[in-house]
Amino acid sequence: MVSPKIFGNVLSGRCKRNQQTHFRQIRADIALNIRNPDDYVRETKLDIQRVPRNYDPSLHPFEVPREYTRALNATKLERVFAKPFLASLDGHRDGVNCMAKHPKSLSTMLSGSCDGELKVWNLTKRECVRTLQAHEGFVRGMVVRFCGTSFFTVGDDKTIKQWKMETPGYGEEEEPLNTILGKSVFTSIDHHQKEGVFVTCGQQVDIWDEQRSSPIRSFSWGVDSFSCVRFNPVETELLASCASDRSIVLYDMREATPLKKVIMNMRSNTLCWNPMEAYNFTCSNEDYNLYTYDMRYLDKPFTVHMDHVSAVLDVDYSPTGKEFVSASFDKTIRIFPKDSGHSREVYHTKRMQHVISIKWSSDNKYILSASDEMNIRLWKANAAEKLGLLAPREKAAVNYSQKLKEKFQHHPQIRRISHHRHLPKSIYSQTKELRVMKEARRRKERNVRKHSKPGSMPVVTEKEKHVVTVVK
Amino acid sequence: MCLNNKLSEGDKINLSDLIGTLDKTPSALIKTKKQLKNLQHNQSTLETPLTRKETEKIQREVAFEKTSKEVSRWQSVVLQNQKAEQLVFPLNQEPSGPKRIEHVVAGWKAQTPLEQEIFSLLRMNKQPLHDPVLTPTEEASLRAMSLEEAKIRRAELQKTRVLQSYYEAKAKRGKKIKSKKYHRVQKKVMRKEYLKQFDEMVKTDPAAALEELKKMELSRMKERMSLKHQNSGKWAKSKAIMAKYDDGARKAMQKQLEVNKDLTQKLVIPADEDEEDEEESAETLPDFVNDVEPILDQVNPWMRGKLSTEPMMEESNRLDPPVWPREVGKPGEGQDEQEEDEEQMEETEEESLLRGFEERRKLRQTEDKAEILEISDYDEEAVEISDDDEEAGLSNFTSLFHGLVNHMEPPADQPKAGPGLRQGESPALLEEGLVRVRTLEDVELLSQDISTSDTALLTTQILGTEETDTQSATQQADKKRKKMIDPNEVLTKEAKVIEMPLAPTAVEDVEDKEEQRVIIKEAFAGDDVVSDFLKDKRKQEEAGRPKVIDLTLPGWGEWGGLGLQPSRSKRKRFRVKVAPPPPRQDQKLPNIIIAEKRDSSIAAHQVCQLPFPFEKPIQFERTIRSPVGRTWNTQNAVQKITAPKVVTQLGAIIEPIAREDLIKDNRQAVTGPSINLESDQGPQKKRRSQQKKQHKRKKN
Repeated sequence: MVSPKIFGNVLSGRCKRNQQTHFRQIRADIALNIRNPDDYVRETKLDIQRVPRNYDPSLHPFEVPREYTRALNATKLERVFAKPFLASLDGHRDGVNCMAKHPKSLSTMLSGSCDGELKVWNLTKRECVRTLQAHEGFVRGMVVRFCGTSFFTVGDDKTIKQWKMETPGYGEEEEPLNTILGKSVFTSIDHHQKEGVFVTCGQQVDIWDEQRSSPIRSFSWGVDSFSCVRFNPVETELLASCASDRSIVLYDMREATPLKKVIMNMRSNTLCWNPMEAYNFTCSNEDYNLYTYDMRYLDKPFTVHMDHVSAVLDVDYSPTGKEFVSASFDKTIRIFPKDSGHSREVYHTKRMQHVISIKWSSDNKYILSASDEMNIRLWKANAAEKLGLLAPREKAAVNYSQKLKEKFQHHPQIRRISHHRHLPKSIYSQTKELRVMKEARRRKERNVRKHSKPGSMPVVTEKEKHVVTVVK
Repeated sequence: MCLNNKLSEGDKINLSDLIGTLDKTPSALIKTKKQLKNLQHNQSTLETPLTRKETEKIQREVAFEKTSKEVSRWQSVVLQNQKAEQLVFPLNQEPSGPKRIEHVVAGWKAQTPLEQEIFSLLRMNKQPLHDPVLTPTEEASLRAMSLEEAKIRRAELQKTRVLQSYYEAKAKRGKKIKSKKYHRVQKKVMRKEYLKQFDEMVKTDPAAALEELKKMELSRMKERMSLKHQNSGKWAKSKAIMAKYDDGARKAMQKQLEVNKDLTQKLVIPADEDEEDEEESAETLPDFVNDVEPILDQVNPWMRGKLSTEPMMEESNRLDPPVWPREVGKPGEGQDEQEEDEEQMEETEEESLLRGFEERRKLRQTEDKAEILEISDYDEEAVEISDDDEEAGLSNFTSLFHGLVNHMEPPADQPKAGPGLRQGESPALLEEGLVRVRTLEDVELLSQDISTSDTALLTTQILGTEETDTQSATQQADKKRKKMIDPNEVLTKEAKVIEMPLAPTAVEDVEDKEEQRVIIKEAFAGDDVVSDFLKDKRKQEEAGRPKVIDLTLPGWGEWGGLGLQPSRSKRKRFRVKVAPPPPRQDQKLPNIIIAEKRDSSIAAHQVCQLPFPFEKPIQFERTIRSPVGRTWNTQNAVQKITAPKVVTQLGAIIEPIAREDLIKDNRQAVTGPSINLESDQGPQKKRRSQQKKQHKRKKN
């Protein structure tokens, strides 16, 4: 506070009148400095805080550097919080060979192991709710009926069994609803999206009616065994299968013959249709790559997804159709954006062995992986995501940092941090080795081209390289 | 029919009944007989059916085509989802909260008999079921006009109809009038009126006037394309035969040609007016032909292109010593070369080529001479420029010439000058271009006017360089330092104007070229690239030089105020001189600017390559420059900017996209699918025809 006394001392040499006017002026100044509370006080507690702010860009010359710093921090924090591993479900007594999602319940999941045991899991409690001996030998495949009341399994004992989803009551025996004895081993099974029709594959692709004990239609096209068959979830009458003669065959349930097949350099293990794009599917291949095809143009895949260092065993799309996850023999799981050639994420743990089966949960939040060492692991689909409900401010902050990361993604520091992943030594060294091999091959090809007649060595793109022929 | 009737009656059918029907249709019987006969005559065997493998292949192909077409219906949906700003999964969510009553009612079905009865009654009376506002009849009555309005409207219509009939009658009458004079006058009046209108339009509505002009231009184009008034038609040919004897026919033909001329006449654009006027007044070559090309814009390399040289090559070959410097190399040979050129016209191409080589060889021998001349020319400048080596920008330039001169001077006639020259030319491409341009122009100048006086002057200059050097250095040391080489000063002589009759057919081409040249000239007007570069470089050097930092604060330790300056001692004390930076990298490279801005510490954070989806650096920079955060944007803007691309609901199962979505989508975008359908139909038909063809091929 300014006291008039002090002013009086200071202005002692001046005339009194002058002094008075001066003092009045200062008092007026002081009065003006008091702000109007209407400018900064909210009327009620529920209002937004008043933020008097001038958005004139000329007043904010450092907006880009400040945002850059924020982006850098957000990227670093993302890496700090990237802890994708949630839980391990143990209980199987042999390697887990296959899994199935429940179409109606997010918390239910089924798994079948190599000793013929089948377990139903409750994911929220992370515990097994039911165990049954489904087959003798491997449980090769299983699928839950679209209504979620029953499920089908196929096993090494050449049988297809249908089971009730409900746990049998006290004193009741675990018995399948139906059992179909086939002529040969079935390797995979899938169910139609809306009708009571399912498909199995083994020596041939069979389409079954639930009510009959013999297939309503069988497809075979010069191949003796199939490893995987999948219904298209969108155009529900379409099918695709991977065969042991390195081919992928397309079928239409309504037609008498298969549609087309593409033969690749190496065998495809499994395939998965994109649930949001009717004509796209991705197959996991023995040559460490995944290939995304448009079923209308099979002569070359439209994306080749590389990064694994060993055979890719399984693939599953996210329910949004934007990404897919792949499981590999190299003991890692990788997440690929559907149109990117390289993975955005790699998951691994010390104890996880060859990952045989993989599923992306139908709420787009979790990934389940089943591996050789008898465990099923639950992962987050976004490693750094905070689980559970978020407060609106939290949500806004997450969105903002996400946007910042996206905006500055090309800056070298941010890129480096966001792309850095720790890998087990074996995989790291193998990646390096593969890179060297690839470079050597490329160099050799270039040299050969350089020393041969121009035009005699046509350039073959990476996409074209892996396809042998398309058979009509 | 009759058979059926009989059957239904339960009667027996006699053979005679059947024969009777046969009798009624004798033509059919004859036909079948003929067919049978034909079959008997036909000896060829039936084609063997396709093998199973082949039929299966065909089946597969057909099936694949069908399914792929079916699947392609999803294309638009897929693309739409890819482009969507935000996708909310699960896709078909029911909006939460209370529903509108219409939706509820629409979903609800009448079940009890009472309800059904009520609804049927409502429907029968066209009462609204869902949205209880207005019945269709009510709406129709609302839409109808009031009586007064209707009357007014009817009166209006009547009036217009009457007016129209009057006008039509008048037009008919006018058309029937046979007098040619009347029509001529009428036309004239019309034209006048049109012109008046056009003038007004220019004043009031320039856009519309421009439109009119465009129309005229279009008609001109059409005329130029067609042979309508070129006297090449049937009528014209017959007239041409008659023209010998008939004056009228001749006139008619001339009229036609006039029409053609009128139509094809180019609209005068004010900028080109002068030139065209000149052209029309005297049927000579356009003016630019007389200009020696480099004089137009020596400094501007853009103007040295081939565009303007090409059309006048023929003329210039005949008239001028060619612009090509090498041929003109020797100033004394100017006349000889003219003759040579004339000979060349008669020679075949081979010979001319050979000759060219020879000339070049000769030139190489006499190059020294030419170079001397060059240098002597530059001496004028060299003299003017001071000897200060410290001056960076231009002094580099000048020192080069000095070096050249020094090399040349002592033994002017000795062949040693060659290597010296090469040294001078070596530094870099741009520098090379600069020097050579000067030489060309100078040599050209020399060749053009063969007056001996100039050469004499030059030789004297060569001899007296040293003297003048020292003199002028003392006199104009400070003044000339910054002076640039101005080609306008070097080439003071104007080119001769040559007038020449020109074949009228060639005019248009030349005109076009001229126009293009004018456009280019306008585009690069005042584009003095070389001097701009030098200026630029000097500016950068200036900017890089350390500045004295003045930290004096007036009023500290002494009196301060308006008109009072801090003391000298203080100023001296608080002025900080920064140590000079290391010498610039391009200090000794006169035609390069090496940017010294790059900071390695910042470079680690900078993007060095343009990221993929961007095509220009500006686009990328713009995205980076626009801030996202709350500090710089309003709340709503931030929400909009930072909205995530994919939103999923916690704990909601996302089903695969369903067929209903496709149908719904098609319904929503009515225009899109309709186009798609059309485009689909084309390939369908094609496919079908292809299939047919394939079948045929396989059969064969």
